[in-house]
Amino acid sequence: MYFTLLIVVILTAIALVAVALGIAKAISPRSYNPQKGEAYECGIPTRGKSWMQFRVGYYLFAILFLMFDVETVFLFPWAVVVQDLGIYGLVSIIFFLVVLVLGLVYAWRKGALEWK
Amino acid sequence: MFDFSIVTSWIHGVLTSVMPVGVAVFIECILVGVCLLLAYAIIAIIMIFMERKVCAAFQCRLGPMRVGPQGTIQVFADVIKMLIKEIIVIRHSDKFLYNLAPYVVILASILAFACLPVNKGMEILDFNVGVFFLMAASSIGIVGILLAGWSSNNKYSLIGAMRSGAQMISYELSIGLSILTIVVLTDTMQFSEIVARQADGWFIFKGHIPAIIAFVIYLIAGNAEVNRGPFDLPEAESELTAGYHTEYSGMHFGLFYVAEFVNLFIIAGVAATIFLGGWMPLHISGLDGFNAVMDYIPGFVWFFAKAFFVVWLLMWIKWTFPRLRIDQILTLEWKYLVPIGLCNLLLMVICVVFGWHF
Repeated sequence: MYFTLLIVVILTAIALVAVALGIAKAISPRSYNPQKGEAYECGIPTRGKSWMQFRVGYYLFAILFLMFDVETVFLFPWAVVVQDLGIYGLVSIIFFLVVLVLGLVYAWRKGALEWK
Repeated sequence: MFDFSIVTSWIHGVLTSVMPVGVAVFIECILVGVCLLLAYAIIAIIMIFMERKVCAAFQCRLGPMRVGPQGTIQVFADVIKMLIKEIIVIRHSDKFLYNLAPYVVILASILAFACLPVNKGMEILDFNVGVFFLMAASSIGIVGILLAGWSSNNKYSLIGAMRSGAQMISYELSIGLSILTIVVLTDTMQFSEIVARQADGWFIFKGHIPAIIAFVIYLIAGNAEVNRGPFDLPEAESELTAGYHTEYSGMHFGLFYVAEFVNLFIIAGVAATIFLGGWMPLHISGLDGFNAVMDYIPGFVWFFAKAFFVVWLLMWIKWTFPRLRIDQILTLEWKYLVPIGLCNLLLMVICVVFGWHF
């Protein structure tokens, strides 16, 4: 039942984009001009491609994010049962969070959180 | 309390009485799709109109006034304008990824939108892992934005997409932690169940201090998650022309625009659901007459009132604060919101374990 609804929602999303773009393509005007095919960079002719190296800082934050996101995956099942576990759940999650925070402290001390 | 499942079971009964079950379910699926599409479009139109009027009010202007009474059909005129504009695909772009990006963005937005519990019995996707599913679905949107920026072969788009990616994945952590705080309090992830637990008090009151801290963190992170307000540097007009959708024109751009506004509504709707009681009416213990009057207001009115209140709050933030730099944004997230969120989570666990909540 849920799976059927999930498929319905996904198909709805695809239909929305396809229909909107289809109507737009059917009724919008078309004209050819070589200038139109250029990238819009405020009138200045484009130099080279944009598929090039970019700064490594973004990559560093993506790695940090990965660590914390995996932690969230572990925390959600725990959060559902924490009321049954009681003190035991509290103590065990404190150990888990301490290890996690140590990772954040390490990254902080190493300067990974600075945007240089 | 108005229960929408009466309507759905009535439709199901009527359909199964005149045709085989398989066909009836098929027609119901189509009905669900059409209703979802209509709701999505109507919410988008209301949001765009509200954004203009609220922005105008904060800047002491009138906003759109010419098209229709008080400018109410301005947005429809804009939709027609979008439809009759030419769709330009630039020559050196990656055509496949360029055309795929709007699909991914809209897909993420609709999947999250379908999770919102509007009324009792009126939610489309009501998984037992609802909150988790919503977070997973909404993070697909980041992929769409990165695709759009990368495939455009434009430096502005690339920078906008990279900034957006860094910002959205960072602030997703804070959203996750603040939602986790409430999941600890409810011990369930199903949206309908979360709302049902708030019958005797909204979580922002039941969870007192940790819930209020989580709510504030959620609002800040939610604002950053939809690339708005003081965190709108992925599309900072004065630096990057339009950020990741610089090269999109006509309806292509319109889809990004619609998804952005509906995402804002989703953030507000989730805040209304998990902190402000969803479709539950406001009850004050002791005032029985007041509570009885509040019970007469149907649930979806409560839900939309709360959601649009949060939307208005986010718009107020957007039109008040100046834009941050990228280093300030990442500092705010990693050095303030994440540690505060973790401490707040621990505080909530202690409150729950020792029973210090209402």
